[in-house]
Amino acid sequence: MSTSAAGSMLDVRDLVVRYGGVTALHGCSLHVDTGEIVALLGGNGAGKTTMLRSISGLVRPASGSVAFLGRSLSGTAPFNIARSGLVHAPEGRRIFTRMTIRENLDLGAYAVRSRQEADRRRQEVLSIFPRLQERLDQSAGTLSGGEQQMLAIGRALMAGPQLLLLDEPSLGLAPLFVQTIFKVIREINERGTAVLLVEQNARAALHIAARAYLLENGCIVREASAEAMLDDPSVVAAYLGA
Amino acid sequence: MHEFFAQLVNGIALGGIYALIALGYTMVYGIIELINFAHGDVYTLGSFFSLTILGALGVSGEVRGPLLIVDVGVTIIGAAMLCGIVGILIERLAYRRLRFAGRLAPLITAIGVSFILENVMQVWRGPSPVAFPAVFPTHIYNVGGVGISLLQLAVVTLAIGTMLLLEFFVHHTRFGQAMRATAQDREAATLMGIDINRTIALTFFVGSALAGLAGFVSGAYYQSTWFFNGFGAGLKAFTAAVLGGIGNLAGAMLGGFLIGIIESFATWKLGGQWSNVTVFTILVLTLVFRPAGLLGEVTPEKV
Repeated sequence: MSTSAAGSMLDVRDLVVRYGGVTALHGCSLHVDTGEIVALLGGNGAGKTTMLRSISGLVRPASGSVAFLGRSLSGTAPFNIARSGLVHAPEGRRIFTRMTIRENLDLGAYAVRSRQEADRRRQEVLSIFPRLQERLDQSAGTLSGGEQQMLAIGRALMAGPQLLLLDEPSLGLAPLFVQTIFKVIREINERGTAVLLVEQNARAALHIAARAYLLENGCIVREASAEAMLDDPSVVAAYLGA
Repeated sequence: MHEFFAQLVNGIALGGIYALIALGYTMVYGIIELINFAHGDVYTLGSFFSLTILGALGVSGEVRGPLLIVDVGVTIIGAAMLCGIVGILIERLAYRRLRFAGRLAPLITAIGVSFILENVMQVWRGPSPVAFPAVFPTHIYNVGGVGISLLQLAVVTLAIGTMLLLEFFVHHTRFGQAMRATAQDREAATLMGIDINRTIALTFFVGSALAGLAGFVSGAYYQSTWFFNGFGAGLKAFTAAVLGGIGNLAGAMLGGFLIGIIESFATWKLGGQWSNVTVFTILVLTLVFRPAGLLGEVTPEKV
């Protein structure tokens, strides 16, 4: 029933990840095509974050493969994966709170050698997040949670990603910010960036995603179009709160 | 009153040397949370490298005029580069493999590296103090009744000039930003495309180069050096780094100058045998009452 992964932008096959004696992923496969938003749903501890961390190289899988744009990433250092256009905005935002907002954004474009290009991207990011504009030279630690999330996404965009991995971007945010964040993800996608989205807010994620995977206890138990997931009573009962 | 200012000037010069060494301690601590106990020995190595370079330049005493700037410049740059390379090698060979080994193993390794360097230097230059050429002319400037030697002026200028350069490097260059980002959150820095290994190596290079510069400065100041010099100076510079707030660059500079001045006054008022006691009492008091240091912020333990 799985759709073909051949020629996908991101192709994850039979991924097994172990932490010590505990197996976190039991041979998962998924793929993301060019221009797609794909949601990865599942309960706490299902392995969603581990999946993203093994794609971006922070976690070394025990077996299985990850390929991006047709090239295997096994053995590629995480910083080189980030430079290849596969950018991971990690759980918990992880912005540099002791640095200014401008510095955080500049660090996102660390691999970009040209000043003009970095400036151009900063202008673009600031057009998406005008709230950051006024506070460019303030310490990032002074931002609210929602603003920090904007900065985290903006920083990831500075790298010019072809594929963006987003881990729980709406976690802990006020409802107004949640709306903004989902709107922005859709906007980023419309500008041509594919997104693999991990979200506990499954309903909102499915509303912007084309396809979705369900992850349970380290196994992908279901793959379907976002519409099919929204119409599925068992999914609704388990993840969408009826 | 005269003596007071004379001691103050001496303390500031001494403090400049401590500050340069303390910067290396604090930079390395900031980025990998390791007290690099071999750092004091890299400083000693800097004075020996300087001696070798001065020898190659044919300098055995006072140099005057523009040639002074050339000779000193070549020596400083040479000693700093060589020490920087030694720093990179130490990190690569001794510390990198232990990066995920907890805190005790790297700490003990650092002490081991310190012993190795001390013994290598003892074999190289012998166990006795070695004379260092008095490069700077013994010119004394009279500033408001206080005599300041050209040497003291040079020491302070070099120390402060280097600190300003470092401040610029850390805050306004790409590598400096990468260094600060890595210090704050290594994993997040990786995700920005920053090569952590290279950044850490560069940090060791810069810190060790500063120690090399300090090695030249102290050689020129005391006109003598020996293989065990770095032990005492290293501990005092470490005290300076802790006093200022370890991990904090401005703190290391402030701490360095304070320790230099305090030591100078302790030697004057209490006698030379009390200078170490005074400095290490400050270390103990800092650790007990203000462990984050003067400029350090109290941060929750990293998870």
